[in-house]
Amino acid sequence: MSGDRARIDYALRLGDDALVLGQRLGEWCGHAPMLEVDLGLANIALDLIGQAQHFLAHAGALEGHGRDADKLAFRRDVLDFKNCLLVEQPNGDFAQTIARQALFSTWHELMLQRLQGSSDTAIAAVAQKAVKEVAYHASFAREWVVRLGDGTAESRQRMVDGLDWMWRFVDELFAMDLVDQAMAEAGVGVDKSTLRPEWDHLIDAMLAEATLERPAPRRGVMGGREGRHSEHLGHMLSEMQFLQRAYPDAVW
Amino acid sequence: MYTTELQNQAGKPKAQVASTEDPALLEAFEARVAADEFIEPKDWMPEAYRRTLVRQISQHAHSEIVGMLPEGNWISRAPTLRRKAVLLAKVQDEGGHGLYLYAAAETLGTSRDEMVEALHSGKAKYSTIFNYPTLTWADIGAIGWLVDGAAIMNQVPLQRTSYGPYARAMVRVCKEESFHQRQGYEIMMAMASGTPEQKRMAQDALNRWWWPSLMMFGPPDENSPNTAQSMRWRIKRDTNDELRQKFVDVTVPQAEAIGLTVPDPDLKWNEAKGGHDFGEIDWEEFYAVVRGEGPVAKERMKARIDAWNDGAWVREAALAHAAKRNARAAA
Ligand SMILES: [Fe+2]
Ligand SMILES: [Fe+2]
Repeated sequence: MSGDRARIDYALRLGDDALVLGQRLGEWCGHAPMLEVDLGLANIALDLIGQAQHFLAHAGALEGHGRDADKLAFRRDVLDFKNCLLVEQPNGDFAQTIARQALFSTWHELMLQRLQGSSDTAIAAVAQKAVKEVAYHASFAREWVVRLGDGTAESRQRMVDGLDWMWRFVDELFAMDLVDQAMAEAGVGVDKSTLRPEWDHLIDAMLAEATLERPAPRRGVMGGREGRHSEHLGHMLSEMQFLQRAYPDAVW
Repeated sequence: MYTTELQNQAGKPKAQVASTEDPALLEAFEARVAADEFIEPKDWMPEAYRRTLVRQISQHAHSEIVGMLPEGNWISRAPTLRRKAVLLAKVQDEGGHGLYLYAAAETLGTSRDEMVEALHSGKAKYSTIFNYPTLTWADIGAIGWLVDGAAIMNQVPLQRTSYGPYARAMVRVCKEESFHQRQGYEIMMAMASGTPEQKRMAQDALNRWWWPSLMMFGPPDENSPNTAQSMRWRIKRDTNDELRQKFVDVTVPQAEAIGLTVPDPDLKWNEAKGGHDFGEIDWEEFYAVVRGEGPVAKERMKARIDAWNDGAWVREAALAHAAKRNARAAA
């Protein structure tokens, strides 16, 4: 694999994670359990869409074929999306959304902390801004896990179910493939496997405060980074990309 | 926009109940209002003033919240990342407006839960405009341009309304509404100068939203029996028809500037009055929508009620958790 291709993929992965999760969270807008939560989720979605714009613009510039962030967001099909499977999972109930957010944002914050020192100055610059946003996402989500876990019997059961549902997508966050290895060696990316102990520690602390058990270990489902996604992503893209697909010549 | 008093029928004045309030207090209150002083939550105020304000502010708050739905309908389909971010931020602003307004109304002694309950039971009204569907992306432009534009007309004078918390909420809200209006107009501008399909969507959106936007200012003055009282109390500062005229005069040239046609054959400039003459509004439709018979009124209310009911367990959990924490802190 050429270093250029790996670097483009790396930027796409970062951008697609943010874009796909931002898109999912936007679905809550106007429908959340309370107004303050509605605003909180919209805020997180907004941060993520902003991060996606930067990472995808960078990927397009590295690629050098004149594709900007919008072209990459709205004109690629499922096989070319590089996000992890966790972020494309449907919102489910609020507990499932919060489980997804807590697991992802905790990882995302650790990633961005490291990426602030990336030798790719564009990635480093985005990470420096985004890490502050994501620290808020992570604490928002972990606080809700605690509230729901240590709330009522119903909220506890839903939180247990939500974490259980999302847990099989955790291992993928830390998996290292050729792209990751090349980028870690070049100082562009992160050796994600080294993030796991800290992630485990943060998640265990959250679970303890929420009076919840850690979900039982299971075989991780993977493939998102290479474009092998769940069935959900295609539906999301068909909705998200509708206008750009239906009116390819239009400027909006 | 949302501030017009909505009643189910045209011009049926309510029976006046003789005031049993202390005439001296009443006189002092009226004098303060007439002198453009702000009334604050702890100040004495006539019961009818309090009731009218709760109704008006909560109606305004509900409109902000229900108003998140028609635009929220396009967040997942916004055509570019920038447009998506701008729309998300806009809808989030509207939710924030709802929050400040509920907080302002709560200073009058009615809880947010009571107000939400009144909305869901159909007792409280919200702006008629949000009972129309958003069918194409141009509707997002039209709403920003026309609906937020109308909101500004209505709300700018309310920055000087007599009730302090309401006036202060309006100062924050108005800043954001002008932003929304510009962003909406920018969407329309892009589409009106775009492909033939885009231009068609833009014109169609104007056709569908024009008349409902004019209705946002409420019934004509002769059928607006509470206007005089509200103006004396400085809860309202201009009449419905004055504001509507101002809106038409500002908006018509904006439509012309981007090559769109206002869907009113009777629209023409009247040199003598220095404003536009315009066609008759379909008041029957207006009152039908006020009664809850708007095209997507059922869907809007169902979406709000479902969100509230589906979220009940979350709100209960938050309360239960807070109670456990407090108990642990006390132990
Ligand atoms: Fe608003
Ligand atoms: Fe607005």
